[in-house]
Amino acid sequence: MGLALLAVIWLITFFSTYFFAAKTWWLPHGAAEAAPWIDHQFALTYFLMGIVFVAAQGALGLFVWQYRDRGTASKVEYSHGNTTLELLWTGLTAVLFIGLNLMGSGVWASERFEPAKAGAIPVEVTGMQFAWYFRYAGADGKFGATNPKLMDPSAGNEAAIGLETSDPAAKDDVVTGTMYLPVNRQVDLTLRAVDVIHSFFVPSMRFKQDAVPGLAIHMHFTPTEVGDYEIACAELCGLGHYKMHGMLKVVSQADFDKWLAEREAEK
Amino acid sequence: MATGEIIHAHAAPQGFIRKYVFSLDHKVIGLQYYFLALIAVFVGMALSLLMRIHMIWPTAVLPLVGEIKPETYLSLLTMHGTIMVFFVLTTAPQSGFGNYFLPIQIGAPDMAFPVLNMLSYWTTFVAFVILIAAFFVPGGAPLHGWTGYAPLSALPTAGPGQQLGADLWITSIAIFCIASLMGALNFITTTLDLRAKGMTMMRMPLTCWAWFITAILGLLAFGVLLSAGILLLLDRNLGTSFYVPLVVVNGQVMGHKGGSPLLWQHLFWFFGHPEVYIAILPSMGVTSQLLSTFSRKPIFGYRAMVYALMAIGLLGFMVWGHHMFMSGMSPYSAFAFSIMTMAIGVPSAIKTFNWLGTLRKGRVRFHTPMLFAIGFVSLFVSGGLSGPFLAQPVLDIPLHDTAFVVGHFHLIMGVASIFGIFGATYYWFPKMFGRMMNETLGKIHFFVTLVGTYSIFMPMHYLGMAGQTRRYSQFTEVAYMQRLIPLNTFITFAAFITIAVQFVFLFNLFWSMFKGPKASDNPWEATTVEWTTTTPPPHDNFGGKTPVVNHGPYEYSVPGAPRDYIMQTDPATVKAH
Repeated sequence: MGLALLAVIWLITFFSTYFFAAKTWWLPHGAAEAAPWIDHQFALTYFLMGIVFVAAQGALGLFVWQYRDRGTASKVEYSHGNTTLELLWTGLTAVLFIGLNLMGSGVWASERFEPAKAGAIPVEVTGMQFAWYFRYAGADGKFGATNPKLMDPSAGNEAAIGLETSDPAAKDDVVTGTMYLPVNRQVDLTLRAVDVIHSFFVPSMRFKQDAVPGLAIHMHFTPTEVGDYEIACAELCGLGHYKMHGMLKVVSQADFDKWLAEREAEK
Repeated sequence: MATGEIIHAHAAPQGFIRKYVFSLDHKVIGLQYYFLALIAVFVGMALSLLMRIHMIWPTAVLPLVGEIKPETYLSLLTMHGTIMVFFVLTTAPQSGFGNYFLPIQIGAPDMAFPVLNMLSYWTTFVAFVILIAAFFVPGGAPLHGWTGYAPLSALPTAGPGQQLGADLWITSIAIFCIASLMGALNFITTTLDLRAKGMTMMRMPLTCWAWFITAILGLLAFGVLLSAGILLLLDRNLGTSFYVPLVVVNGQVMGHKGGSPLLWQHLFWFFGHPEVYIAILPSMGVTSQLLSTFSRKPIFGYRAMVYALMAIGLLGFMVWGHHMFMSGMSPYSAFAFSIMTMAIGVPSAIKTFNWLGTLRKGRVRFHTPMLFAIGFVSLFVSGGLSGPFLAQPVLDIPLHDTAFVVGHFHLIMGVASIFGIFGATYYWFPKMFGRMMNETLGKIHFFVTLVGTYSIFMPMHYLGMAGQTRRYSQFTEVAYMQRLIPLNTFITFAAFITIAVQFVFLFNLFWSMFKGPKASDNPWEATTVEWTTTTPPPHDNFGGKTPVVNHGPYEYSVPGAPRDYIMQTDPATVKAH
């Protein structure tokens, strides 16, 4: 029985570790400025926790087999513990866990403590059951007013977020269902939700932030590779949660300007 | 202490109703809780199976159930989480086994407040009935998840199930909170006041310590959830705006103004995180008890184990914000919550080291309860080590609200706790029912459940890393999730097998209750006080005698002792530590 237990525990440990180590399923390709830093912290955490995991499961499997009841041949050590050992592993664990945390805090600080840089492109993201809308400020660089009473989700785009057409600043605002961003330029996001909480999750941008009704949350990230990236909703928002899906198209600055001009003309 | 027994003694009841239904006997109440949790766990499990089927075959039409729609899936999810967290993980290990064995282990004739005890059980029962009723009202059960985030939970128009179903859900939880508060008071008072002569706090079995600290957590946490739930009911039914700002649902402006969705999250998780420890501390206690008993060795570092329980309990109240790193909460407070969360890993690690230290140089007997205790340690390590990923705000950016989180908390809070419950069941079954459970069936149950649960929940970590968000009823709409469907299919099949083997347990439980071989008073050669009394224990637990405790709880293999264990009530002349 001891041997069976050892085999099962070790096999579980092997398979669990194998699929992590082989990166069979891993973080999606990162295409944002912060991705290497976040991925590095992830890999570091994975590596350290992996060592502890293998060591602890290895010891568990070994002990149950090695110290199985073998009748009179088994000699039990009568001991109530060892204070030195307790202090040692308390100290080591504290250093490991707190140290790991401090190492990751720099990335967090650069992502979330600092506001967007000057020159970042402002985009307002609005979540509603079950769509994402993206607003660009237009030539005046200012977002116009919105009015809850004007919101008409069935009409989509500008009408969906209730753009106040009488406001001069709103005249050149562009609202779309697909997000376009110029590559290598920081985006200054304002996240809003009109009904319930949604969460704006762009795995390849290593970006996630809840959009909360009543709050305008400012965030930023910088895409570094041209391409199409999927946006998902990560906070349970109702029956259509699973299909609250959007696309982010990262394009060159020239293509972005061209696209925005076309959208302005369409209005 | 000694006078307490006289005050709280009550005559053995006559008649079926007073004996088995509205009983004041903590043992009967413990079993009532246990069987309520048993019904709940099979309901919760059935719901999870339907969810797994829907995730893989979204259009399948099932016998009896019909086609599962996305909103039905979310109802299943909500009810699965709520049933499992409240009526299984909180009910079985604490209210069930705690009720039955805390008084006996400390040498008391009953709980401190038998009537309150009965009341708390029947209040829990009412809460359960109200929760299940949510399935059968128009609109069905709510779809806001077991965390009930506002405004989704506060707006009846936000989706099907958000009308009467959501009101029933909140009412059920509020009533459950009241029941838990009564239970917690009872546990705390019993532990402090009714210990037998010689049963000092530091001679209590670690199970008692775990139940005691869990009760304190419950007392502090459930009051907050109760208040939060009442405010939510007010928002829903009386037009207040505690949690709801001005919102527009499907083009309709709602009448709310100025509320804060984050307030609900703070209140909920102020309860919710201690709740995780309410679910797992009793199983930690049981695991310590079993590892020591079946290793024939004193627990390694008893004092450290007690202090670790206290530290986990204390720190458990300071980490709730780690559920909210992506919520819009200040990123500075995320930093503080993160440090506290990492700190809670330290006492958890101490416990793991001490369990391994207990096994080392022992003489391990592989009875079924011991297998589950060993399984608990393995699961606790696996589930625990994904914690430091999620405790770092920066890693929550890719991992928060993904299947990684689902894998993490199921392994540690769900399956590990359940292993504690299974271990406790196989261990105490002889004392509760006077018969032994079948070992062969027990071992089959153990190995299939261990491999099965790992096969279900370990791959969820991979899915989460790859970006699979939680609470998605299907993965057909997002291209990068489509390629994760094969792994999801594997999980579903693993769930089929794991659930199937639970019926082996169920059969073993009921078959052994009537047909199992008769158990002696102390079949495991254990040391704690419950094994000194007859099997099953008489109404007043000790047949008119009052136990006197002379020894610590885990005196195994004491050099020079006549046998390899010294019971707590053995005469002091027996040589011991």
